[in-house]
Amino acid sequence: MSNSMPEGTYKFDGEMATLGFNLNRMCFTFNESASRQAFKDDEAAYCDKFGLNEVQKKAILERDIIALLRNGGSIYYLAKFAGVLGLSVQDLGGIMTGQTTAEFQAYLDSQQVGKPNG
Amino acid sequence: MANIIGMIGTSHIPAIGRAMDQGLEETPYWVDFFDGYKPMRSWLQQEQPDIAVLFYNDHGLSMFLDKKPTFAIGCAPSYENADEGWGIQPIPPLTGETELSWHIVNHLIENDFDPTVCQDIKVDHGATVPMSVLYPGKAYKGVKVIPISINCERHPMPKPARSYAFGKAIGDAIRSWNSDQKVVILGTGGLSHQLDGERAGYLNTDFDRDCMDKLITDPAALCQYTNDDLTRIGGAQGVELAMWLAARACINVPVKEIERRLVAPISNTSAGLQLLVPA
Repeated sequence: MSNSMPEGTYKFDGEMATLGFNLNRMCFTFNESASRQAFKDDEAAYCDKFGLNEVQKKAILERDIIALLRNGGSIYYLAKFAGVLGLSVQDLGGIMTGQTTAEFQAYLDSQQVGKPNG
Repeated sequence: MANIIGMIGTSHIPAIGRAMDQGLEETPYWVDFFDGYKPMRSWLQQEQPDIAVLFYNDHGLSMFLDKKPTFAIGCAPSYENADEGWGIQPIPPLTGETELSWHIVNHLIENDFDPTVCQDIKVDHGATVPMSVLYPGKAYKGVKVIPISINCERHPMPKPARSYAFGKAIGDAIRSWNSDQKVVILGTGGLSHQLDGERAGYLNTDFDRDCMDKLITDPAALCQYTNDDLTRIGGAQGVELAMWLAARACINVPVKEIERRLVAPISNTSAGLQLLVPA
């Protein structure tokens, strides 16, 4: 069985989960509004509180979602990070694919099925 | 013996909940998708199931990576939900069915499945969105829910064949429960989609159609896939097919299809809807 993943896919396995544990733990706290506010008040300090490494912290501060994925971020918790930033999953898709949100939406729409009234 | 009346496969993405909250069901983007629920809601109203056994995956509300079950089953009298960090409104709690939950747990462990048993757990959009969309107006008070979660986040995940066997054992458990209650099975999530990476936005509606066909005619054929296969063919979150497989496996007889929709894109996904009943 091949473990090779398609290009642009980051398999979230034990190695990645180990690397990303603190990052994901930080983003897990974004379930709570007080934590979201604490992050917004001082992003760098909040990253430090959870022990993110410098690469992860830089990626958080720069909204570099691909770097977060490469450094152990799980999309489930990165989605909560996107929520803090007020970004939709289409915005997130645009950021990760190097497109505008409209371009990313157009890519989704190019795969349209089952919308005779859409 | 309890009676399994059928299976509903449905997407569970947060965008569906938001669309309902914002009254967008009849807008061009959504209308074809929500139309698919009308026959399902009518069927539920007609059949009046007492219990919904609901397969979902927790997306980081109750099951963080620190202690993340591979398979888990709710054994609680009720299930709250909560803020997940992106602004979907919490809904009134779901009512549980502890007697059947424990019956399933006992049966599973006797039959060599060892799920995590949850006596107090919050459920996330994976469970609340399907209940909200199938029972508009939050009118799900009359149906008791047993949430069963499958890890779809962190590899290693259960093999599709294992989720199928798990569902089969749960179906056997339900049928062996000494009760005349009616049970509907909900398989949630999917279908093809990939949220993360430069490959984000990938869908494979041909594969989704094939899966929906196979769920009717030959569900065991879907057990040939590994989770890596599903990632390649159906996107990184295409592994959520596990919940549909487990749900279908609860019904141990041939089925017929009452309703099907496949609509894409719905948010970043190809969204499936399917109602299958014993033939």
